[in-house]
Amino acid sequence: MGRTSACIVGTGASEFTKWGGIPDRSQFQVTVEAIRAALQDAGVSPQGVDGFASYSNDANEGPLMAVALGVRELRWSSMVWGGGGGGSIGALAHACAAVESGQADTIVVYRGLCQGQGRRFGTFGQGRTHGNFVHPFGLFAPAQMLALQVRRFMHLYPITEEHLCEVALNARANANRNPAAVMHGRRLTREDYFASRWIAEPLRLYDCCLETDGAVAVVVTTPERARDLRQRPVDVLAVAHGSGPGWGSGPLGSHNMPDEDYASSNSRLLARRLFERAGLAPRDIDVAQIYDHFSGLVLMALEDYGFCGRGESGQFVASGAIRPDGVLPLNTSGGQLSEAYVHGMNLLAESVRQLRGQSCTQVAGARTCLVTGGLGVSPTSGAILGVR
Amino acid sequence: MAMFPPEMPGVEPTMDDRAFWDACGQRRLRFQACEDCGRLRHPPTPACPDCTSLRVRWVDAPRTAQVYTFTVIHHASHPAVAGNLPYVVAVVEFPGLPGVRLVTNVTEVPPAQVRIGMPLQLWWDDIGEGRYVPRYTVAPPPSSDAATPS
Repeated sequence: MGRTSACIVGTGASEFTKWGGIPDRSQFQVTVEAIRAALQDAGVSPQGVDGFASYSNDANEGPLMAVALGVRELRWSSMVWGGGGGGSIGALAHACAAVESGQADTIVVYRGLCQGQGRRFGTFGQGRTHGNFVHPFGLFAPAQMLALQVRRFMHLYPITEEHLCEVALNARANANRNPAAVMHGRRLTREDYFASRWIAEPLRLYDCCLETDGAVAVVVTTPERARDLRQRPVDVLAVAHGSGPGWGSGPLGSHNMPDEDYASSNSRLLARRLFERAGLAPRDIDVAQIYDHFSGLVLMALEDYGFCGRGESGQFVASGAIRPDGVLPLNTSGGQLSEAYVHGMNLLAESVRQLRGQSCTQVAGARTCLVTGGLGVSPTSGAILGVR
Repeated sequence: MAMFPPEMPGVEPTMDDRAFWDACGQRRLRFQACEDCGRLRHPPTPACPDCTSLRVRWVDAPRTAQVYTFTVIHHASHPAVAGNLPYVVAVVEFPGLPGVRLVTNVTEVPPAQVRIGMPLQLWWDDIGEGRYVPRYTVAPPPSSDAATPS
């Protein structure tokens, strides 16, 4: 394994509810509560925090967080460009850059997202970059935008609706074991899946992530400081955010990314960089949390990250590979299809739980975990985490 | 005949894309190309991604295109489209214009008949206030197209 220069030492979350389920506390307050929980988990006092990193135009500004938590000196405050969850692990990359370079010691990476208090992501949003090239045509929501990619993917390769279904069913079965999941008590069968309504063909209702209220935070610090804290540190073996050439607004805009990358998660270059840096190969990954805004993008990412060959992800998931007893247990908290949609920060929290041995769908002896940010956008992001 | 009702979000040109939409207002579909190296690009952007030249020329698109990918939308993410469900959004590509794709609609065709690779023909939708947007069909274009310069 590669050198480790930053560690995750705490995670925390608010409750997760269906959108609108947290009407009585502001999104800012809910986010503060998640950060407070993460700091308690880590055994770090709020005054010991000196930086914040977020993404997706998070409305809960770092400088205001610093006041809410009584931070004595703010030494880092950053935001990853791009909407959606593309930058979720990019925010982790910011935090690692900050502590590795000595610009800060203890950074909170967070996302607070109460869709009941703002715009639901599945609806029209004013001011979208390149909105002129999508809105007049009735292309308003990410599900519709990325459905175009999934259609092309299914045209090029032997990927079927059964394979999309398997991603959804796996997520739900895992959520049914996770009491914190919004869909904890709600079973989903293959029949339910195929009976569900179309959102944007080839995506049905259960191919699409939830719309929820909630917040998640993680605490990042140096290996030296981590040694003195409460939890077993989780090492960031490699982390990156970025894009292949020519993506720009990509599928959220005018769909002019290169033909060879069109039906992809935009992760091929980034995946190669991550594995090289970690000194690992896809077969070394014990468990994965792959950003599941839409089922079809998860399949693309399984290929782009090298867990199977190009066009083979359908066969891969049909073999049971992503189930808890498969070769690559996937989205073990239920992911964003069935746990909560916190723009991927809940996937990072689940990665940490797996490596601490605390997941509700624990992979025995898990020592490495891949976690990705939002797929099919620019920037996307990913990390390989590990424990010794 | 406008595809969507008047409350549909329209085009609000920016300084970067105004030339594209002003050409559409003249019912001309044009894309940016680099004046120096010829590289085509869309959406409009200040510099050539190949040679960084700032010099731009505009290239007329043919009236034909083909489906690169498409989706049939069944959920109204804006109230304006509720009466249009289901409708087809497609990404189209153009013979002779490598690297350029356009998000648009395929109209006058049952959604179940739309296929990747299907040949299409342009028609101009008058969305009001002098603005037109390019849409496509496989059938003969609607009568509003009769006024389009060839």
